[in-house]
Amino acid sequence: MQSFDLEAQGLRALNSTLNAQSTETNQTVWEVTNPKGSHAIAVGLDAPIEVNVKGSTGYYCGGMNKQATIHVHGSAGPGTGENMMSGKIIIEGDASQYLGATAHGGLIVVKGNASSRCGISMKGVNIVVQGNIGHMSAFMGQSGNLVVCGDAGDALGDSCYEARFFVRGSVKSLGADCEKKEMRPEHIEFLREIIAESGVDAKPEEFTRYGSARTLYNFDVDNAGAY
Amino acid sequence: MCGIVGLFLKDPTLEPMLGDMLTDMLVTMTDRGPDSAGIAIYGAETNGNAKLTVQSDTPDADFSKLDNDLRKLVKGKVEMSTKDTHAVLEMQADQLDIARAALSNLRPNVRVMSRGDTLEIYKEVGLPKDVASRFDVRTMSGTHGIGHTRMATESAVTTMGAHPFNTGPDQCLVHNGSLSNHNSLRRRLRRLGVHIETENDTEVGAAYLTWRMQEGSTLGQAMESALEDLDGFFTFVVGTKDGFGVVRDPIACKPAVMAETDQYVAFGSEYRALVNLPGIETARVWEPEPATVYFWSHNEAPTSKEKAA
Repeated sequence: MQSFDLEAQGLRALNSTLNAQSTETNQTVWEVTNPKGSHAIAVGLDAPIEVNVKGSTGYYCGGMNKQATIHVHGSAGPGTGENMMSGKIIIEGDASQYLGATAHGGLIVVKGNASSRCGISMKGVNIVVQGNIGHMSAFMGQSGNLVVCGDAGDALGDSCYEARFFVRGSVKSLGADCEKKEMRPEHIEFLREIIAESGVDAKPEEFTRYGSARTLYNFDVDNAGAY
Repeated sequence: MCGIVGLFLKDPTLEPMLGDMLTDMLVTMTDRGPDSAGIAIYGAETNGNAKLTVQSDTPDADFSKLDNDLRKLVKGKVEMSTKDTHAVLEMQADQLDIARAALSNLRPNVRVMSRGDTLEIYKEVGLPKDVASRFDVRTMSGTHGIGHTRMATESAVTTMGAHPFNTGPDQCLVHNGSLSNHNSLRRRLRRLGVHIETENDTEVGAAYLTWRMQEGSTLGQAMESALEDLDGFFTFVVGTKDGFGVVRDPIACKPAVMAETDQYVAFGSEYRALVNLPGIETARVWEPEPATVYFWSHNEAPTSKEKAA
């Protein structure tokens, strides 16, 4: 295992070292110590490596990630996993606002709570939260799945497209054009797999599905007065 | 952006380190705003006295014999201690208003930074590390304090535009965000007789809370009504003589992290500001909820008892 002291060696050195790892690297497991809430830890990775961050991170940890597994042993700041393409981010603590914003793929797991705007404009990522999520989550979500084992805040899925939202607890309010949907066998099957992969504590049958009512897809002249 | 910090001590043994801890927290937030910086410290009880913290761009001329001149006017004791561009004038609490009114004639270039029994505010254009060292903030002890480093949006980069803002005795406020209805609210408050010095949006927010408390609200109630009457983005940290409070607007896009242990309650724009606090590894760390008022006080029963002086 490779160890990297962020405080001593600096952020640029960390990210350029991690960015230099290729798919054939032998140095597959990394440990980052003294993160102390620093911004942009392990961004832009593109190799099947595992990065264990021993503490809490600041803005944009794991942004644009491809292939890598990033494990934050603490809480994560705003914009964690922004625009992730593939790979995995696991956060042992809480995640701040706009977790996984615009992310195209991969899996993000939060063992604590996620804050407001979780999965905003998600484009294919899967996000699993053991606790609760804040308001305006999955705003304009386009594709992917948001699985919440706790409660969701106000305006879940506002103006969403084809992303799916599974909530086990209560939803404070649904956003515009977001509605409750039926749970079909394929949804139970999907949840069974992703719960197992994420290691969260929940049963697939306990969830309710929400998604787009698809009434905002086309302009409706009756709404002209609202503009 | 802007960076804001706050530290409320529960453990009196940390009080001698308050200035040092708060300075460290604020310096960490420097890259959130390099325009100006300020720190408010609630220090030792002054036993019937009160303090006026004043500022001048020409301190040598303005502070020379200022204590003597004020002494003649208020006909009582006036103690002055100067630090760089700031001076703290301590006098009997009931003479403070006379002194403040007289100042504009006596020294027209002197501006009031704060007034209160225990509150002192130091703020200037420049980086947190420079502002803190000019005013020797690290050596200051106190019960609680707040700090701000500014990235200016709504008004000019000047000393008067720096945070914290003090609009009532022992009250102060720092702000990350921007208020959009500050012009109309300023006009409304001025008509009601509220004193507002600058064209800055944050000062209006501070003056609004002061006005609400003068009308009989507790700080908690004043912050609740701010959620109704203030339009725009804000994370506020507010200080009073006995405690400090936090409130974020319902959108809550301006960041905030809090930490609490048996020894303190701390606030930072980012977790980075908190990493060197004692026992942070085991502290309860959380993000304050939007549109929710948080308040801590050295009084037994906090929010409900907290009234404007």
